[in-house]
Amino acid sequence: MLLYLSKRLVASLFILLGVSVVTFGLTFMIPADPVAMIAGRNSTPELREQIRRQIGLDQPLPSQYASYLGRLVRGDLGKSYARKSDVGALIASRLPPTLLLMLAAIVAELLIGLPAGIYAAARRGRVGDKVAMTLSFLSVSTPQFVLGLTLLYLFSYLLNWFPLGGYGSFSHIVLPALTLGLAGGGWYSRMMRSSMIEVLRNDYIRTARAKGMPEWQVIMNHGLRNAILPIVAMIGLDVGIFMSGVVVVENVFGWPGIGQLMWQAIQSLDIPIIMGVTIVAALFIVLGNLIADMIAPLVDPRIQLR
Amino acid sequence: MRDHWIRFRRDWLALGGLVVIIIFIAAAVLASAIAPYNPSEQFFDGLTLEGSPLGPNSRFWFGTDTNGRDQFSRLLYGAQTSLLIGIVANGIAVFVGTCLGVVAGYLRGFIGAAIMRFTDLMMAFPPLLLAIALAAILKPGLNIVILVIALVNWVQIARVIYAETLALSEREYIEAARAMGANTWRILWRHLLPHLVPTIIVYATLGIATTVLLESMLSFLGRGVQPPTPAWGMMIFESQSYFLNAPWLVFIPGAAILILALAFNLVGDGLRDVLDPTQRGRN
Repeated sequence: MLLYLSKRLVASLFILLGVSVVTFGLTFMIPADPVAMIAGRNSTPELREQIRRQIGLDQPLPSQYASYLGRLVRGDLGKSYARKSDVGALIASRLPPTLLLMLAAIVAELLIGLPAGIYAAARRGRVGDKVAMTLSFLSVSTPQFVLGLTLLYLFSYLLNWFPLGGYGSFSHIVLPALTLGLAGGGWYSRMMRSSMIEVLRNDYIRTARAKGMPEWQVIMNHGLRNAILPIVAMIGLDVGIFMSGVVVVENVFGWPGIGQLMWQAIQSLDIPIIMGVTIVAALFIVLGNLIADMIAPLVDPRIQLR
Repeated sequence: MRDHWIRFRRDWLALGGLVVIIIFIAAAVLASAIAPYNPSEQFFDGLTLEGSPLGPNSRFWFGTDTNGRDQFSRLLYGAQTSLLIGIVANGIAVFVGTCLGVVAGYLRGFIGAAIMRFTDLMMAFPPLLLAIALAAILKPGLNIVILVIALVNWVQIARVIYAETLALSEREYIEAARAMGANTWRILWRHLLPHLVPTIIVYATLGIATTVLLESMLSFLGRGVQPPTPAWGMMIFESQSYFLNAPWLVFIPGAAILILALAFNLVGDGLRDVLDPTQRGRN
């Protein structure tokens, strides 16, 4: 177990190192010359040379990368073009609302996906199954900004049940969490269904049925316990999947998190913020994978550790 | 083949998806013949006296946008953008992913390990964010959007093809072909690839749905194809502030994205049921 964990940890560190190489490479593709941006258009060649030395652009690539990595490790993501403030601090201040929204979205997708998947598995091959699986395809085929705007129009504007966006109370979080959760719920319902169908093939299920146990009890008592284990382990992966969704959803609902920060940065082409959010998102995904890898053997001892 | 078609035909959801795709492709190809107006023309009577967009009416079937342009014509030309990017970008991704997956799965060794570790690395980036970062650095445009989406999308298919190739190359008939002195190229081309075709077809179809959604998100964020080329995501982006007064400006292009992505998903799922022998008789 310890060996397995340390292996996973080392692999994650290598991936993070790779992430830093990729983002370092991306900064070189930016067409604008940073020296010219700082020095101004009418600067002398001497001044440019001095600035080039100051920001370390005269160093060879490996040492430039080393100092870039050093800054990343210390949490220094550079300065925003437009806001003139520290990208790391900006992201940190926007993190709590986004994490709250993701938590609510995970609750929403499990509440939608698991019952739908159990129902579809129980009605396998019949109309109920077909309807549930078609709805799950519908939910994963809906662009999240369209879903968000539609929910906003229906429930906030026409019915007045929820505020038109913003942050602060429970009623503010319902629609954005539902928007993120519906697509996730679609995936979960498919995984839950196939996991349940797999479990229902086992001999102990046949035994339970043979002794006259009602079908719903077979599913809930014997089926669910085993079928849900592989699903639980996947929750760690959701944070990464939601990182794309929040950019769109937070913009639609005026939710003041990282997604909105990213949206504003995209509109003003504030590349340090865009790169910073991408790096933080990659960090989340690697951590989420690590957590998923650690939870999987804990919840399901049948999983072989390698 | 006939056998497959007969079974596919029984799946009326997939068949419906196929019909929808054919209609959308026809609309895209014939856009210049069907569209009642030029998609970029701003009609002076396309706005109300206060300057608001018009709702659907007999002159402008799907209403007009905030610039007084005909929404129906823009929708038709937007189908060209969505389908072109969906098919070309995903085609490149499938080609690259298949090549790398086969190489990694058959040759293994150092090259294989390097390719697979690189896919691990790519999986650490959320697709939309990586696409945004790339599109923000490079000047957005049709070619860049195709390149960016292909760059993001090849990873999934490479991993699937890798796993299948790995399993296939353990099989005895491959061993036999090798023993008979077939060279690597012949084994890959004649013995491995034909068995991968069903998987490639299924993932290529499902991948178009993902690509259509990714493209719409990029253009909704203003980082997709640039005006005046119409794109569905951009049509929604442009009318977002008018949304509560003119909801059709969001609902109509939104429905177009949804229907196209759903159609490709349904066809892909139907193809999987028909083509994948391990899934046969399961549902």
